[in-house]
Amino acid sequence: MKEMRRVLSVIVLNEHGVLSRISGLFAGRGYNIDSLTVAPIPKTNLSRLTIITSGNTKVLEQIVKQLHKLIPTYKVIESSAFVEKEMALVKIPLNEDFNGLDAMLKAYNGTIANSGEDFIVVMVADDYDRIDSFLKAVKKYNPVDMVRGGSVALDI
Amino acid sequence: MDLNGSQMLIEALRKENVKVVFGYPGGAIMNVYDEVYKQNYFKHILTRHEQAAVHAADGYARASGNVGVAFVTSGPGFTNAVTGLATAYMDSTPMVVISGQVPISMIGTDAFQEIDAVGISRPCVKHNYLVKDVSELPRILKEAFYIARTGRPGPVHIDIPKDVTAQMGKFEYPDEIKMQTYKPTYKGNPRQIKKAIEAIALSKRPVLYIGGGAINSNAANEVREFAKITGIPAVETLMARGVLEHDNPLLLGMLGMHGCYSANMAMSEADLMIAFGPRFDDRVTGKLSEFAKHAKIIHIDIDPSSIGKIVDVEYPIVGDLKNVIEAMLPLAKEQIDESKYKPWRDLLNRYSEIHPLRYQDSDEVLKPQWVIERTGKLLGDKALITTDVGQHQMWSAQFYPFSHPRQFITSGGLGTMGFGLPAAMGVKKACPEKISINFTGDGSILMNIQELMTAVESKIPVVNIILNNQFLGMVRQWQTFFYDKRYSSTDLTMQPDFVKLVESFGGVGYRVHTKAEFDEALKSAIESNTIAMIDVHIDRLENVLPMVPSGGTLYNMMLEYKE
Ligand SMILES: Cc1ncc(C[n+]2csc(CCOP(=O)(O)OP(=O)(O)O)c2C)c(N)n1
Repeated sequence: MKEMRRVLSVIVLNEHGVLSRISGLFAGRGYNIDSLTVAPIPKTNLSRLTIITSGNTKVLEQIVKQLHKLIPTYKVIESSAFVEKEMALVKIPLNEDFNGLDAMLKAYNGTIANSGEDFIVVMVADDYDRIDSFLKAVKKYNPVDMVRGGSVALDI
Repeated sequence: MDLNGSQMLIEALRKENVKVVFGYPGGAIMNVYDEVYKQNYFKHILTRHEQAAVHAADGYARASGNVGVAFVTSGPGFTNAVTGLATAYMDSTPMVVISGQVPISMIGTDAFQEIDAVGISRPCVKHNYLVKDVSELPRILKEAFYIARTGRPGPVHIDIPKDVTAQMGKFEYPDEIKMQTYKPTYKGNPRQIKKAIEAIALSKRPVLYIGGGAINSNAANEVREFAKITGIPAVETLMARGVLEHDNPLLLGMLGMHGCYSANMAMSEADLMIAFGPRFDDRVTGKLSEFAKHAKIIHIDIDPSSIGKIVDVEYPIVGDLKNVIEAMLPLAKEQIDESKYKPWRDLLNRYSEIHPLRYQDSDEVLKPQWVIERTGKLLGDKALITTDVGQHQMWSAQFYPFSHPRQFITSGGLGTMGFGLPAAMGVKKACPEKISINFTGDGSILMNIQELMTAVESKIPVVNIILNNQFLGMVRQWQTFFYDKRYSSTDLTMQPDFVKLVESFGGVGYRVHTKAEFDEALKSAIESNTIAMIDVHIDRLENVLPMVPSGGTLYNMMLEYKE
């Protein structure tokens, strides 16, 4: 069976240990987590997790059912229509030639987030595969460090 | 009402109508034990090991259908209990297990007898809690019992730090509970039910595949009624023994690795499978690609994740089995003509005649199957049967004439040796009017042998029938079949004198080599009304047959073993 990438938005009670239930479920049953982000939903007792996972149809169906089965799970959204964005930060030495950087940042919804004595930090926010290409393209400025934030998604 | 955490626990158990608790004290749970001492709502039974406390609560729950309760202390007390939790989880037993924990201020410091209990129990319970404040305790207790017994039942673990058991707080215990996130589905979707009935009416070779869900849902009467109305032949899993009475003409027997020929052939040749709460365990299905490959599948289960997990299902119905069958019955009466399946029933009955369950009896040496059959003949439905794990477990499932649900109690999913004796004690506490029999092996019985002391002290008569082959028999059987008889670490000729052993605890023991001795010992053991051990010396090399070798196909059983 074919492996597919899937975005899941999971709404859970924001309580002690809930993240370990979810990560433990994935680890224990051998499911993939490609990325996972979590934050409380304002003015509620709930949190939203965005999980990027992959597997064949059968595995994906089980993942959704097993997530549902956890007692603190309120809702699992597996719609195919998500707006999905990811953020990345990249640290670049100041001695580089920044020719073209502005245009590149613009193309990837980016900006310069911080400028220090020795480094600048740029940030971009875009689709996860475009983040891939940005991180490739930005290599020509010899970045010393980079971090991606993991996808966040909302169903539409 | 203001109470401390320990008193809240006691009051909650009273409200939940708990009559017996099995447990073992220690530092972190001493405040609770102090309140146990002062109360007389429930009886506390001191086991001699925490694993046994949890198995006893499990046996109690399986026999009664009520939530079983156990108390253990932190650290080693809790880790000893883990096998019990996992056993209950795999077999969906409703249970609440309370463990003590070090005080909140010390959590995370590697304090004496501190262990991350909820971290350990998470994958082997339905849900767990670490109580961080006494104000949460009443709600958590209420939820725990509710979660344990509703939906697909299972064990719930509550870890209570020692300071919480002493903190004062307001105790309000609601009668009803509604949870924001946990809402099991009880009613089956009527459209799906209608479609399922239509599929049955169109089928020519349907089979009822009955699993443990039929017992958890208390659906035996509905299953029996459904079988009767439709005339559809039935097979049972290990966990479902007793759902249909042994002499029900539609019951072919148990299916799977050590199932009977006709049951496995029914699955292999069926064009429609009606799955009543089973979980398609690999010990049942054999090689998946060949399993019931001509059959469309109707699967009824209260746990959606059980449906479609192992096999693809054409007609999934999520709901409580009892509820769903009740909805199916009137439609079945209208639309299904039982005479249509007569040729199919005749075929399967012929299979049963050609290859019945059988064994070669002997005058020289006792056969384990005879011992079980004989016990069944003498005690029938007066006894509740518990087992340990191994050959004796399979023979018990094959040869005891079960007549009602909850009569057969065994560790199916986890296959836990050492389950039998403590579980049989729990069974006896749940049903004191019944005889509690534990069929066990000379290997398994030693895994919780210390419970003889509990049984004597708390006056819990259980008759342990050791089918003694001086082997770890089931493993030995696989070595015989698949490892060229290299009996690596399975010879148990070195063993205690079981008669003296049980006597030293204050029970009664019998050594048995002949049929006459067995009858006499069984009668005497029951009359003794105390813990008893019948050490039955059986044919050492008897095998459990027929057999589907691991990964084999159901229609290709090994019917006999040839050297
Ligand atoms: C706790 C545990 N350890 C190991 C096993 C593996 N195992 C399964 S059956 C068996 C042999 C059981 O021997 P005995 O209790 O004498 O029963 P018999 O098979 O001889 O009837 C073993 C070791 C198990 N099921 N449980």
